[in-house]
Amino acid sequence: MARYLLRRLAFLGVSLALASVVLFVLLRMLPGDPANALTAVGASPEQIAAARHSIGSDRPLPEQFTHWLGQLASGDLGTSFVSSLPVGPEVVARLDVTVPLTLAAFVLAVLVAVPAGFTAAYRRHTWYGALLSGVSQLGIAIPVFWLGMILIAVFALNAGWLPSGGFPQDGWGDPAEAFRALVLPVVTIALVMSASLIRYVRSATLDVLGSDYLRTARAHGSSFGSAMWRHGLRNASVPVISVLGIELASTLLGAVVVESVYALPGLGSLLATGIAQHDYPVIQGVLFVSTLAVLVIGFLADLVQRFIDPRLRGRLSGGAR
Amino acid sequence: MSTKKNISYAVASAAALAVTLTACGGSGGSSASGGTWDKDAVVNIGSLYEPQNLDNTAGGGQGVTEALNGNVYEGLFRLTDDGKVDKLLAQDYETSADGLTYTFTLRDGVKFHSGKELTSQDVKYSLEKVTADDSQSARKSNLDVVKDIATPDARTVKVTLSKKSISFVYNLSYVWIINSQAKNLKTTEDGTGPYTLNKWSRGSALSLNRFAGYWGDAAANKQVVFHYYKDATALNNALLTNAVDVVTSEQSPDALEQFKSNGSYKVNDGDSTTKLLLAFNDKAKPFTDVKVRRAVSAAIDDKKLLESVWGGYGKEIGSMVPPTDPWYEDLTDVNAHDVAKAKKLLAEAGYAKGFSFTLDTPNYDPHPTAATFIKSQLAKVGITVKINTITPDEWYTKVYKNHDFTATLQEHVNDRDLVWYGNPDFYWGYDNPQVTKWVEEAEAASSTAAQTELLKKVNRQTAEDAASDWLYLYPQIVVASDKLSGYPLNGLNSQFFAYDIKKTG
Repeated sequence: MARYLLRRLAFLGVSLALASVVLFVLLRMLPGDPANALTAVGASPEQIAAARHSIGSDRPLPEQFTHWLGQLASGDLGTSFVSSLPVGPEVVARLDVTVPLTLAAFVLAVLVAVPAGFTAAYRRHTWYGALLSGVSQLGIAIPVFWLGMILIAVFALNAGWLPSGGFPQDGWGDPAEAFRALVLPVVTIALVMSASLIRYVRSATLDVLGSDYLRTARAHGSSFGSAMWRHGLRNASVPVISVLGIELASTLLGAVVVESVYALPGLGSLLATGIAQHDYPVIQGVLFVSTLAVLVIGFLADLVQRFIDPRLRGRLSGGAR
Repeated sequence: MSTKKNISYAVASAAALAVTLTACGGSGGSSASGGTWDKDAVVNIGSLYEPQNLDNTAGGGQGVTEALNGNVYEGLFRLTDDGKVDKLLAQDYETSADGLTYTFTLRDGVKFHSGKELTSQDVKYSLEKVTADDSQSARKSNLDVVKDIATPDARTVKVTLSKKSISFVYNLSYVWIINSQAKNLKTTEDGTGPYTLNKWSRGSALSLNRFAGYWGDAAANKQVVFHYYKDATALNNALLTNAVDVVTSEQSPDALEQFKSNGSYKVNDGDSTTKLLLAFNDKAKPFTDVKVRRAVSAAIDDKKLLESVWGGYGKEIGSMVPPTDPWYEDLTDVNAHDVAKAKKLLAEAGYAKGFSFTLDTPNYDPHPTAATFIKSQLAKVGITVKINTITPDEWYTKVYKNHDFTATLQEHVNDRDLVWYGNPDFYWGYDNPQVTKWVEEAEAASSTAAQTELLKKVNRQTAEDAASDWLYLYPQIVVASDKLSGYPLNGLNSQFFAYDIKKTG
């Protein structure tokens, strides 16, 4: 196990290094000039050159890259071209919104999807099993911004129970207010996420229900419940955990639409602003942090799968894909 | 929506010359003005224009003007509602007989937020900050006439110009007076205004606190918070749920009905200076021919376009000059909508069968709507329009810098920006030596009357040359809760003086 962990961590480090090179190079290949974001109409070539010089975008690429790596090594994500604010604290401030938003939505989605998906499979011949299945199919088709607008209209504009958007300027300084600000966004993401999760849980459960080992366990006298618990759950959770890992990772940045609908200062909207302004340090910082998060989530998902399924333990990067 | 912000500062931004309001200019909500108000109220302002940074000489953009101009920073002068210039930190000034030397006397007892007293050194520093080599201020080229700044004593500043510049004092209203010892101006401030910066949380809000040591009348509220939105609907929702009290510039006309029909809100229709232009490249065929430009202008029904984009709001214009500029004349008749005339002009120009051109269209509202409308209008006179949708960044590089276009759409937010037609190197390539000469003479004029006279000629000439097609003047719509009064109404795209806003409990 220790050897596996070491190899897996080395794999993580190499992935991160490769990702940082790729994202640095790709960014520089985008058309456009960060100096455009800083200069106004009537800017002379001298003013534009001065703007480039002040942010260092006129230096050779290898030099910019080593400079960035040097900063990274000392835990510094650099300084925004546009706002002059250090990127690190800004990313951290955005994580104050994004991490609770993502995790809460994720947990809620799992709490909804696992029982619902199981029921949809186990009771597939009943009317409510079919209904659950149908509703989840419909849920996948609903665009997240539309759902957001509906929830706002009902719970914020009409009922007035919750704010329609925004996040307190003092962040979690007033926990109740921050919590209220996140309720609707969390529900929005969770509903959309659970719709697709229900499908996965349902099909994994169906596989298990039709499996030979379950039938064998039952033939040996196990009750349905204990056979499901001992054998079914384990087998069903391996593929589902893969999907969960991917869902969680993609929500980190994928929440950008929800952030826009609810005017939340999250990581996704920071990235969107950075891209619009060619603010390379910001884009690099956000992508680096999110790449790291995605890799770590993948790593944890692997570990959990290996824990559940001993058959995977001989492989470097395990899991049913 | 973030792309929208990007372009607003590409063209609009730091150059923003919007008309400002005097202290008593705003007369929004009437119900509260007579009664008592909460002197310690917190006013929540909703805006789509977050600053890029807090320095208006380093690419702060339109948002920094909106939030900080007049609130946190003050100039020697301030623009009034009707486009005139008021003294602010300058108590008085004299101009020498040759018009080249300005002597300013500073107001006494003015303190910066850091506690330091305002001196002539700070004024010199602030002016030099705008004209410095690395300055990204859009005022830089206007203030390049400054040859020398002397500070004979702590309250006197003597500025010598290299040539006469009638707009000098007007341009000074865009120069923030900053403490010469202040540091980190992109993220902090040290001005003399009625508010100090409390906190800027990038991506969400910027709050200002009333400054106890202000030299003038204290602000009518204790705190103002600018809340920034990327999405107009989210902004309107915030107003509907009382998360914000006022929206500085309403950009979604569809949403206005819900506020108009609700007694708790007031919809104010003010004067704007933002024009939507169909800008021809006057150096690219076939728009080198004035007849073709006039034909296109006459073929498009601006009124109908305005109706479809803004409903009943906004105004038709016949030139670059908005009604609030001193040299305004109604020139909507010069190239009025007339399809028969358009066809006749095209035939005279040798394009009886029409022609085809590419219209570079920025990818955010209202440009795509306007482009589609123009395409259908011009089809009626045989002209085929190919719509090429581009990002703000592409527009800036392709059109603005490289002049690589035939025609484009763009919004121009500044007041007094007619003078760009005097610059033959500007992106639209309009080159009329007579106009260039008039613009130069106007700048060197000895009186505003003479300046106005000359710029009126420029106005008429550019309209007759159909230098561009000025489609319409944007409306300036401020929507506010009826608990609010004293907020500014006009030209708010760039400035939003908050110190007179009164809020009832």
